[in-house]
Amino acid sequence: MNIRKNTEAERLNFWEKLYLPEIAKGMGITFRQMFKPKFTRQYPEEVWIPTGSYRGRPVLVNEDDGERCIACGLCSRVCPALAIEVQAAETEREKERYPVKFEINMLRCIYCGFCEEVCPEEAIVMSKDYDLVFTSQEEAILGKDKLLVHISKLQDRLEFLRQYK
Amino acid sequence: MPHIYIDDKLIEAQPNKTIIEVAFENGIDIPHFCWHPELTVAGNCRMCLVEVGMPKRLPNGTIAVDSSGKPEISYFPKLQIACATPVSEGMHVRTKSEAAINAQEAVMEFLLINHPLDCPICDEAGQCKLQEYAFNHSKGMSRFIETKNHKPKRQSWGPNVLFDAERCISCSRCIRFAKEIAHQDVLTFVQRGDHVTIELFENKEFDSPYSMNVIDICPVGALTSKDFRFKSRVWDMSFNDSICPGCARGCNTKIGVRNNEILRIEPRPNPYVNKFWMCDYGRLTQYDFVNNNRITDPFIKIEGNHQKVTLDEACSEAANRLKQFNPHQIMFVGSAKATNEDNYILAKFAKLLNVKNLDFIKSIDENFQDDLLRCADKTPNSIGAIEVGIKPDTHSVKIEQLSEKIASGDIQALLVMEENFEEYTEIFKNLSELKLLIILGYNHSNLSSLADVILPASTYAEIEGTYVNINRRVQHFTPAVVTSENLRFMGMKMSRLDKFGAFNDRWTQHQLRNSRQSWKIIQKIANNLNAGWSFRNSHDVFLEITHNIASFKGMTYELLDEFQGLVLGKAEKPDPKVRNYESHYMKPN
Repeated sequence: MNIRKNTEAERLNFWEKLYLPEIAKGMGITFRQMFKPKFTRQYPEEVWIPTGSYRGRPVLVNEDDGERCIACGLCSRVCPALAIEVQAAETEREKERYPVKFEINMLRCIYCGFCEEVCPEEAIVMSKDYDLVFTSQEEAILGKDKLLVHISKLQDRLEFLRQYK
Repeated sequence: MPHIYIDDKLIEAQPNKTIIEVAFENGIDIPHFCWHPELTVAGNCRMCLVEVGMPKRLPNGTIAVDSSGKPEISYFPKLQIACATPVSEGMHVRTKSEAAINAQEAVMEFLLINHPLDCPICDEAGQCKLQEYAFNHSKGMSRFIETKNHKPKRQSWGPNVLFDAERCISCSRCIRFAKEIAHQDVLTFVQRGDHVTIELFENKEFDSPYSMNVIDICPVGALTSKDFRFKSRVWDMSFNDSICPGCARGCNTKIGVRNNEILRIEPRPNPYVNKFWMCDYGRLTQYDFVNNNRITDPFIKIEGNHQKVTLDEACSEAANRLKQFNPHQIMFVGSAKATNEDNYILAKFAKLLNVKNLDFIKSIDENFQDDLLRCADKTPNSIGAIEVGIKPDTHSVKIEQLSEKIASGDIQALLVMEENFEEYTEIFKNLSELKLLIILGYNHSNLSSLADVILPASTYAEIEGTYVNINRRVQHFTPAVVTSENLRFMGMKMSRLDKFGAFNDRWTQHQLRNSRQSWKIIQKIANNLNAGWSFRNSHDVFLEITHNIASFKGMTYELLDEFQGLVLGKAEKPDPKVRNYESHYMKPN
């Protein structure tokens, strides 16, 4: 039979078999780290703010005179997880169409950013929100009240999109 | 019969036809906007430019041949529009040559110069001919850097149609439709050049009963429906073939459904019934009763209150109580709104119980009739109902006598299928005299509030079956809306969101109605009376109809679909199959 032995006893030499030097080595690393500068963060007291390239919770851009979204439904169509539902209605504004209902099911959302990429109006963008907590399934379905974010808070992302999209 | 060559394919054409017609009939699609088979030729979009040539003739009259023996073709230096050029013997047409493609691309570039880039707002997006051609027959680039023309948006043309002048590409299809088909010549071009627009004549309104057809034939989103506007994107809806139950014409339709709700109804071409059209009445009124106020569960009246029960309980209750009456005390009311299958099983059930009193209500409205599509008979299947046996014989109670027969106590039990006596209101004063009232209904109504047993019947949009139209044409249709009964079969016929939704998605919280096709309910009642029927689906019922009723002989659902309907008694001689023209539709449909 063509079996090659590869037991632990064969692989290790005498000192390694003892384990004690290895323990000492490991402890050495541990003690050394205690005196090095720390990288851990006291989250959530110390919040990390991502850069513009970060894809967090998708939000709708709200300008001073109202939302940009015209309810074309492309985000809903392209969403691979079927997280978005849009219901359009007519408005008196120059762009005749607006979303009377816009819901993103954050339990379905996979943060792929396709909705942002397909949006012809740059109305849905990925924000920097990443700490989403829900206590029920219903709560995870975000409506327009939670999705609309003023444009001033989204400048980083819009700048990033202008450069790289 | 002239012989012509289109893209080197030899075609034997009928004389006096244009190149685009011959090409279409032979499966070659030449891009076009303004041409429509049912309208006159306008030739103003210039999209169908093709290269046309004739064999070169020598001075002695013979045809010049090249070195390989083929005739030399001299093409006209300028391109011709295929929609207005009649075919002639020996004609050569090139639809995909460099010159033709350049011309098409140039026309597209011109059309797109002033066309607004508001596809995301436009309702037509997804089924727009201009969008489709911009993808297939355009360079995809615009050299136009100046500002686009602006024209008034949202102009109301009539009660149902809204016009957006900016999106219009001036194909004149709507003008020609209004003049030639709707016979309401109220539209015209005004202005010139890039300021051209379509206007109504002063103090006129486009309120023809067929006005909404212009929305379908408009190749762009310039004409939109006031009723549908922004309800849904086309790609979010499923479109399933159906038949309009609005009148006895039986116009072929497509039903657009999203979230298990009918959002719009549009015509489907059938050269032998409705061509490309349907009336606004059919479009606007034939979905509300499917969507709203439905009877979704069986009920039994216990001590004056309706109590929700299971279908089995309701059917056995109905059967047990029907047993207590003499056959001549019972009357069955069939329906011209129900399919042949439903009416046939009702007639069969009447035979089983030896009930002779069997009739249905005719709904005739002479004012509704016109000479295009609408007929006086406002039910889809009155001919079919009579054909499958819903007719009183000489001694039995007719529907006109029903009210007085109830009052006199001759009729004590009534089974009403898919009917709410809307046009027979005098009966309501006597209905309380009945000892038993069983109804199979769609909607809660005055009738259902009086019923002892309420059974939820499926509407035309939820069932498979056949109607017989005014010209005795049997037409097959399939479900578009899901019920708990047909859910398993609908599968890929449902819209995307309906198909993939889970229980915790808010957008799939549609109503899954617990209704059944009428004949299935009647079969259940009959089987409670030991009938032992075992029809599994409408196919089985229709098969028995074709065996037992001579005029249906030789028909199957497959043949009805293939020939777009067959005339009663003429199953062996179907009308010839033709290639149906569809201007533009959602692809994949």
